[in-house]
This record gives sequence, C-alpha cells and structure tokens, in this order.
Amino acid sequence: MTAPLHEPTAEAAPSAAEEAALVAGSAEAKAVQGRSLGRIAWERLKRDKLALTGGIVVLVLIAIALLAPVITNLVGQDPETHHEDLIDPLFSTPTGSFGGISGDHLLGVEPVNGRDIFARIVYGARISLLVGFLSALVAVVLGTILGVLAGYFGGWVDAVVSRVMDGLLAFPQLLFIIALVSVMPNEMLGLTGTGVRLFVMIMVIGFFGWPYVGRVVRGQTLSLREREYVEAARSLGAGRFYILFKELLPNLVAPIIVYTTMMIPTNILTEAALSFLGVGVKPPTASWGQMLSSAIDYYDSDPMYMIIPGVAIFITVLSFNLFGDGVRDALDPKGSR
Amino acid sequence: MSTQRTTGRRKQAVAAAAVVAALLSTAACGGGNDDKDGGSKSGAAGFNAANNKVAQASLAKKGGTLKFASAQDADSWDTTRGYYGFMWNFSRYYSRQLVTNNAEAGADGAKVTPDLASSTAKISDDGKTYTYTLRDGITWEDGKPITSKDVKYGIERVWAQDVLSGGPIYLQQVLDPKKTYKGPYKDKSADKLGLKAVETPDDKTIVFKLPEANSDFEEMLALTSASPVRQDKDTKSKYGLKPFSSGPYKFQSYTPNKNLTLVRNTEWKQSSDPVRKAYPDKITINFFTNANDLDQRLINGDYDLDLAQTGLSPQGRTTALKQHKENLDNPVSGYIRYAVFPQSVKPFDNEHCRKAVIYGADHESLQTARGGPVAGGDIGTNMLPPSVPGSEGQKYDPYESATTNKNGNVAKAKEELKACGKPNGFKTTIAVRNNKPVEVATAESLQASLKKIGVTVDIDQFDGAQTTGIIGSPSNVKKKGYGIIIMGWGPDFPSVQGYGLPLWSGDYILESGNNNFALIKEKAIDGLFKSYTKELDDAKKADIAKQINHKVMEGGYYLPFVFEKFINWRSSRLANVYTTDGYSGQYDFVNLGLKK
Repeated sequence: MTAPLHEPTAEAAPSAAEEAALVAGSAEAKAVQGRSLGRIAWERLKRDKLALTGGIVVLVLIAIALLAPVITNLVGQDPETHHEDLIDPLFSTPTGSFGGISGDHLLGVEPVNGRDIFARIVYGARISLLVGFLSALVAVVLGTILGVLAGYFGGWVDAVVSRVMDGLLAFPQLLFIIALVSVMPNEMLGLTGTGVRLFVMIMVIGFFGWPYVGRVVRGQTLSLREREYVEAARSLGAGRFYILFKELLPNLVAPIIVYTTMMIPTNILTEAALSFLGVGVKPPTASWGQMLSSAIDYYDSDPMYMIIPGVAIFITVLSFNLFGDGVRDALDPKGSR
Repeated sequence: MSTQRTTGRRKQAVAAAAVVAALLSTAACGGGNDDKDGGSKSGAAGFNAANNKVAQASLAKKGGTLKFASAQDADSWDTTRGYYGFMWNFSRYYSRQLVTNNAEAGADGAKVTPDLASSTAKISDDGKTYTYTLRDGITWEDGKPITSKDVKYGIERVWAQDVLSGGPIYLQQVLDPKKTYKGPYKDKSADKLGLKAVETPDDKTIVFKLPEANSDFEEMLALTSASPVRQDKDTKSKYGLKPFSSGPYKFQSYTPNKNLTLVRNTEWKQSSDPVRKAYPDKITINFFTNANDLDQRLINGDYDLDLAQTGLSPQGRTTALKQHKENLDNPVSGYIRYAVFPQSVKPFDNEHCRKAVIYGADHESLQTARGGPVAGGDIGTNMLPPSVPGSEGQKYDPYESATTNKNGNVAKAKEELKACGKPNGFKTTIAVRNNKPVEVATAESLQASLKKIGVTVDIDQFDGAQTTGIIGSPSNVKKKGYGIIIMGWGPDFPSVQGYGLPLWSGDYILESGNNNFALIKEKAIDGLFKSYTKELDDAKKADIAKQINHKVMEGGYYLPFVFEKFINWRSSRLANVYTTDGYSGQYDFVNLGLKK
C-alpha cells in the first residue's frame, strides 16, 4: 500500500502547462510530453487494490441509489407497503426466522409494520448518498472560495475568515441542527416535509464542514502565492483574478479532492446520527439511521433488523474511506499518514 | 509463522461463529412458557392470575420491603398537586380521604367506600348537600386526631392554584364555579377556613353544599386531591417533598428522580382503617432513566413492580412473554388511543371527510402498530372506555371497524370523499408526539392506509413535552394545519363526566391546554352532560353516558384505535395482587403484600 517515495514529478513544482492539462482532462494530456499529475495519480491508484475495491463499491452504491425504483420493482417490493400479515401479533416481530428473510423479502421485514427491509435499505442509500455528496459539495465550494481569498489576499480578509473558521469549528454542530430542525417550517422554498429536512441537513452539514476545507486551502494558497511561477505571472502583468483562477486554483485541486472524499463518509454518518435522533427525514421515507433507531426496541427479539442497516452504513463508510485514503496516497504520496 | 497465522484465523472464525450463534439463539428461542394458571416453579401466580381477581391473597405476610422501580417520578407527591394515575394510587400509602376507591379487584375497585368517614355521604336537598361523619381513632403521624377542619383545609388547597398548580380542579368547579373563594393562603379569616360551600359544625362532621347538584360529586371526593392537610404542617409549594402522613406509612426520605422511602406510621391503627392492609414494613421507589434497563431489572427480580404501571416496553415484553409469562398480567387500562380531527382545519370541517378517514383506516394495522391484540388492546370501535358505566365495548361499532371494515373500506371511504366534495382526496398533516414511538408507528400506519384513498398525509412529530402548548392551542393547530391529532385519554374517575367532559363539551374549549381537540360544540352533547350531572340513578346515568358516546361517534370526530391493554410485571415475591378499575387497570398498591 505504501506509495513509492521517489516519484520525481511530485518533488518539483508542477508547471503551469501541466496544470492546464490536468484541468482539461486526459484527452489533452496526451498532447503533452511526459505524464501529467493526474495520470500518475491514476496509475498509482490502479495499483492500490484496497482503494480500488472501495471505489468499485462506491460506484455500485451510487448505481443502487440511482436505480432504487428499478431494483425494488425487480424484486416486486416497495419501501412503504405494510405487511402486517408477516408480523407476530403477540411480539410485534416478524414471524419468519432471521427477521422474516424469505424469497419475497430478501432482507426480511421490519417489526410492527412489516415493511420490506431490502427496499428500505435500497431507498435509504439515496438519502445517505444525497446528503453525503451534496453537503460535501456545499462545504467544498464555500471552503475553497473563502480559503483561497483568505490565503491570497491576507490582511483583514484573512483575519476575518480565519476567526469565522475557528468559531465554526468550535460550534456544537449536532445540537444546532437538532434545534434548527425542530423550529423549521413544514413548507419552505417550494419544498415540503422530507424535502425541507433534507435541504436543511445538507445546508447545515455543508456549512459547518467548510472550515475543514477552508483551512487546508488557505494554507496551500499561502505557500503557493510566493512561488516563482506566480511571481512570474505577476511580473508579466497578470491580474489578481487571473492568478487566482489560472495559477493557484489548479494547484489546489489535489487537496480539495482528497478532502471531499474524506468528508463524504463523515457526512453520511452525521445524517445517520440525525435520523437516529429523530430529526432526520420524515416517515415514511426510509433512512438507515432511522432504521437503526427504531431497531433499538428489538435488538434482542429481532437482531437482524439492527444488523442490516448497521452493515449498510459500515460498508458505505468503509468503502468511501478506503477510496479516499487511496486517492490521497495517489495524489500526495509524501503526505503523512 | 504460517501455522500460527492459521490458528489465529481459526480462532477468529470460531469467535465469529460463536457471536452469530449467540445472536441467532436469542432470536430463535420461541415457544414460551406454558405454565398453567395455578402457579409455577418461581412461585409466581400465573398469566393473568391477578387481572381483575386477587392472586395469592393467603400468602401475604406482614413485614419485608416492597420495592418499586420507575422510569418516571411523580409530577408531585403533594396530594393537591399530583395528577399522574400512579401517584393517586401510591398516595393511599400516606394519605386518607373521606371516601376512597374500594380495595377490590376489577370493576368493584372503581366504586367508592368509606375511609375517614364512617359511611358514604348522606345526600339531601335534591343532591345538593353531602354530609359525612368522621370515624373514631383516625390520627396524623404525630398522634393527633384528624378533624373535619383538617379535611376542609386540605380541600381548600385546591383553590390555591397559583401556588399549588397541577392537580385536578373538579372540587373547585363543582363547589365554587364562580371562583369567589381565593384559597387558604389569601384567606382573611383567622382559621383560614373561609370556604363557604364546606361547613364543619364540629370536629367530627363535615357538610358540603353544592350550588348545583352533581351526581359524580362523591367520586370527586375520592380523588387524592380531597385528602386532609394539617394547617401547621402545610409547607405550601414544598409540601410534595414531605407530605404529613394520615395513612399507614410516612415519608422517611425522598430525593426527586433518585429514590423515595416510606416507613410504617406507628400512630396509624388498623382498627381505624377498613381499606388498607399495610403488609410490608418498608416501601421503596428507585428511579431509572432508561426504560429497557428498568424492565431488565424487574425481570431479574431486583424490584417487585413498575411504579408507573404503563406496561413493559417492547424489548422487555418479548423476553417476559417468552420466559416469564407467569409473572405477567394483561389488564385493560381504561385508556382509549385515538386520532381526532380538529374541525378548524379544512376539510375536516366537513363530517364526510372525517368519515372518509375513519373508513379508509386499516384498523387492524393500527392495532398492530399499538402492539397487537395483547400488548395493544382490542380494536377501538367507540369512545367510551370499557371501565366507564354505559360502555358497550365492541358491541357498539358504528363504522364496523372491528368486523367488516377492519382492514379499511376503500369503496365506502371514496363515497364519503365524494359527499365531502373531494373525490380525488386531499392533503393534510398528522400531529404526533415524538417521544412515543408507538404513536409514531400508528401515524405511519394511518399514512399508509390513507394513501389508498388518495389522502396524502405528512407526519409532523412535535416535542412531546410541549403537548399543551402545541396541540392544546386551537389557534396553533389551525395555523399548522393539523387535520389529524394522535392522542390518548383515560378517565380521572370512571364516569362519562370524568372521561368525556374535557374532550367533548363546548364549555371546555380552551385557548391553551385544550383537550377538546375536535372543537366539538354540539348543543345535544352539552345538554346530555347537564342532565347527567342532575341524575342520581345509576342505571339512568349509564344510559345517558351511552347516548353521549353515540352522539360523539355519529359526528365522526374520532377514529379510535384500541381499547388499550398493557403487559404488566409482578415479581414472584408479591402476594395479594389484583388490578383495579379504580386506577385504570393498575395493581392496587395499597394492599400489596410480600411472601416470606
């Protein structure tokens, strides 16, 4: 797994041409002599079996989330139909063994109402990934913009942004979201019910996540702006924004990608925690955290109900983390581990 | 190296297999215990042995420590301020009233019997005058006799709602509906006994003069809030921390939310008390924060019974039903769990839209969500609890909820929707308490079945601790568009007045703390309640209760889910155990004994 330390390109500062190639994508990279940073990274990633497995699982999960209705139709189930006939009226748990696992219900049914767990897991993937990705996107966009501005302009801009970041990092995010969700109106910006909850969760998780990106981007910008190629551009008369977007930003892509991949699993866990605490999506929308929360009352009598969403969260977070680790190793082999 | 590694892996595999096996064995161990009612190896009386009958009365011995456990402390142990059912039940250990609930199992336990008084009331003046004579030998914990003035002072405390809030105020509403008396703390008279409606001609006699007759008045005097309080021992708002005892036990120590210990009141004489047996020497309560933990401790035998008497939670219930069925009773609680439709929220102003929801609901699914026929209760078909006189139980089923339509009747629901002018359905919101998982489950069940008739519902889970301000405020209900509210209600005392007046009377629509969620304002219902209070004949009272129930059901204001039942734990150490309708199917605490 350890990446080789003698990669020559990583040592030298990448040239502007190489950076342009990286941004433009691999098609143009072929025109450039030698291997681009992106290409080198991709080749390193390909050698990292664990990261590759993580990446494949992530792709499968995304496919599952996108194709949720198709998949559930295929097995003839949907996440909201109650099957009380499969529930033991005395104990409120599924009559079948292993939580009611059968040919019809691949992962069994929920206690009390008998909803199909497979369908709910599949639909739950949508919520987890949606919140994970979109809130990471919010955090990255905010963090990059503010981080670059703080690092490049310095002075009072830096002071203000840095203090705001310190403040946000110290903020009790989970408690804030719980309080916020309970006072949110049921209809907002044309959204209702679960839509409002998702929007609020994405915005808030994203908002509290940006300082993590912002700090790294600011630090990188601080060191990059003193580099010779930036000085060269400046002495050739390049404007501030030209330097920002054409010289600095492309060199920040690597750390940003790394941080994004590391942030997504954290966000998925936050969503699960919020749903677990009852401030996540609204019923009957399926969510893994909510399933775990309602499984507490049946951990002894119907353990499968707790195990299944737990495993789903575990696999998702693990594969994102493995993939993220691999991406970091590939892009920044010298980084401390 | 390689061998070592294999062993390591093998160990891991064995460990994993063991974990899986352990999980599976707990999941699969079914069957249960088929002990006959006659008792079991553990000495427990058997399933339902104490439900509406007395179990193991002969095994009760004097002495020992009776150990309660609870996930909840009382709202207050002050006799004037307590409103929780278990507090009323428990307060009989340290407080006596003129009359109290009969110490009998089942329905007989709901009748009143003389306690401090030598007999039930002598009623005269067309039901407007109640006279009691106190019996001999009744004493406080310091040995002084309990006088009629102490009883009057205790009752007067109900008027001091500004200091002693929280308890039932029936006595004030009946004795002084215009609120002319300001309570003992603002009383200008020297003896602080200025309440005109109650007279104490001598220390042994007390006379109540009602401005208007109320046929349930004696039931109200049986409430804990009519207990005597001695003026020199009244610590006002702090009285709940150490009430001065008139019963067989007195407070030794109490730390709120931690523990409470009662010890024998040596001044109390068995001969002066026809109700209380006072078997144990000591009574303790330990408070827990986690209900699952509490259930486990009960099942382990560390404690004798649950103080709150709300039944085991799903986890403990399953374990207990499978392994300790002989320690369980399955009483009817007297509560009805229901959905109610506020008429202020469109389209529920139209009775056909309300009825569409009643017909569209899958009643069996709602019952399953409540916990099924055993832990949840029988399907609710009307709004009068089985313990209330006049109740017909499932025999009165105007919407055929327990029979033909028990899984919902889509055709009938669509007909009603058409009559309501919403043939394609409508959108609405269900309000449900977020701290009651079972209520959320019923909301989800209702949501799923209403989808089939085109009614789309959004579930809004509100903070359960804020109930009075959120659903108790009609203006907030309208603003939030809560077309369906999920709630439950049990009788304060078993009569249609003690159950239904706050729910169905137009006079009880309040700005805050409202319980008439449907905003029912029907002249016919209000008229029936009036004639009920004037009627002194029990059979006729029951008939009026029946009529009120029918009127409420015909209006389609309520969708009853279940006549609630619960699974209650009694330890194998308990003797002389029985459930009583006087306290909503709880065990009658005051006469519990221990086997030696």
